[in-house]
Amino acid sequence: MTQSLDYRKETASQTAGPYVHIGLAPGDAGFDIYAHELGHDIAGPNAKGQRIKVTGIVTDGTGAPVKDVLIEIWQANAAGIYPGQGDVEDGFRGWGRVIPDFESGEFTLETIKPGEVVGRDGRKTAPHLNLWLVARGINVGLNTRMYFDDAAAANDKDPVLTLIEQAHRRDTLIAKGDGETYRFDICLQGENETVFLDV
Amino acid sequence: MTSELYQRDREWHPPALAQNYKTSLARSPRNALLSIQGSASELTGPTFGHDEIDAIDNDLLRNYAKTGDPIGERIIVHGRVLDENRRPVPHTLVEIWQANAGGRYRHKKDSYLAAIDPNFGGCGRTLTDENGFYRFRTVKPGAYPWRNWINSWRPAHIHISVFGTAFAQRLITQMYFEGDPLIAKCPIVQTIPDQRAIDQLVAALDLNATIPLDSIAYKFDIILRGSRSTFFENRPEGN
Ligand SMILES: [Fe+3]
Repeated sequence: MTQSLDYRKETASQTAGPYVHIGLAPGDAGFDIYAHELGHDIAGPNAKGQRIKVTGIVTDGTGAPVKDVLIEIWQANAAGIYPGQGDVEDGFRGWGRVIPDFESGEFTLETIKPGEVVGRDGRKTAPHLNLWLVARGINVGLNTRMYFDDAAAANDKDPVLTLIEQAHRRDTLIAKGDGETYRFDICLQGENETVFLDV
Repeated sequence: MTSELYQRDREWHPPALAQNYKTSLARSPRNALLSIQGSASELTGPTFGHDEIDAIDNDLLRNYAKTGDPIGERIIVHGRVLDENRRPVPHTLVEIWQANAGGRYRHKKDSYLAAIDPNFGGCGRTLTDENGFYRFRTVKPGAYPWRNWINSWRPAHIHISVFGTAFAQRLITQMYFEGDPLIAKCPIVQTIPDQRAIDQLVAALDLNATIPLDSIAYKFDIILRGSRSTFFENRPEGN
């Protein structure tokens, strides 16, 4: 026998279930309980950079919209700095939470376009939003990233995108847009399955 | 400077695809997750302040009460948020949601025939203190039926969401109650392959923390991913 390492194990994940909205986005779900709902304003009024709007649908393996999903966003500011990492504009949160429209399944998020982030070993990471998805039927929250199709040169050198072995699957992480509005659909399973990350 | 996290043990967590939990079949990715080294994108995370959260938000007996107390067994749920190194995680946001004592959620999609309780909302939130402690007051949720097998029942449970300090520590789980015979029968609990991981989701009856003649207590510690004591530079010098 040897000594015990004495670590504790991470608490195991369980699905967020069908009623995640009453817990994490009650106001959006039409349930008035808290004075302040969290996650509504990602960038805040003082953020520098291009204001953008992203819409999309999360679909399951049958192609049906996942209407009970909840998505969290974490991003850097236009200078590529995350809150807590360095100075950001007053009110810049970098974090937000959205749920889709209950009828259409389409989600919309409004923020600013993040800058390039300096990653490991000083390597630049293309502008991106970090996304985390939970829903009924998702046993462990799914991490992915959203990049921008108008940052092709940066995307081509991005340390995560270039790690994706099947080149055509990189497109599943790239939102299409015109600089202001972007489309980003997420596919949980099937032909166009989004690349999900073990972070 | 950012510290890296221990690798998440994917054999300890439930797999994405669990045959007996039917909803997971069409909602589980078929391709392998892409493993990436942590960078600032994963190792930083949002913080929350007391200005955003009201003192009553962790008291589910009161935070939605209109005409009196909610129906049900009055309970205290308390514990600590720690990491795998047993270090407390201070000032982190813990959010919970649950069914009422009859097993019914206050959600327009919940059509279970158990009654809605006019005095119970079913959600709460709090920040851990400087030593990682949190505490909620609520009623014990009821078991409820759900459509998986035709006669599937969820054990009494409270959904819990925790942040930690890094976005890659983000966790949602469910807390169960000591002694509940439905735990062993639940297809969602049983998505977890290791019995020790299931045991870790079962809150212990904590008589020392009860309030005599008032509320019974359960203790539930939440463990987030630990971080290495070594650090790496995320930004080049002078930037
Ligand atoms: Fe539930």
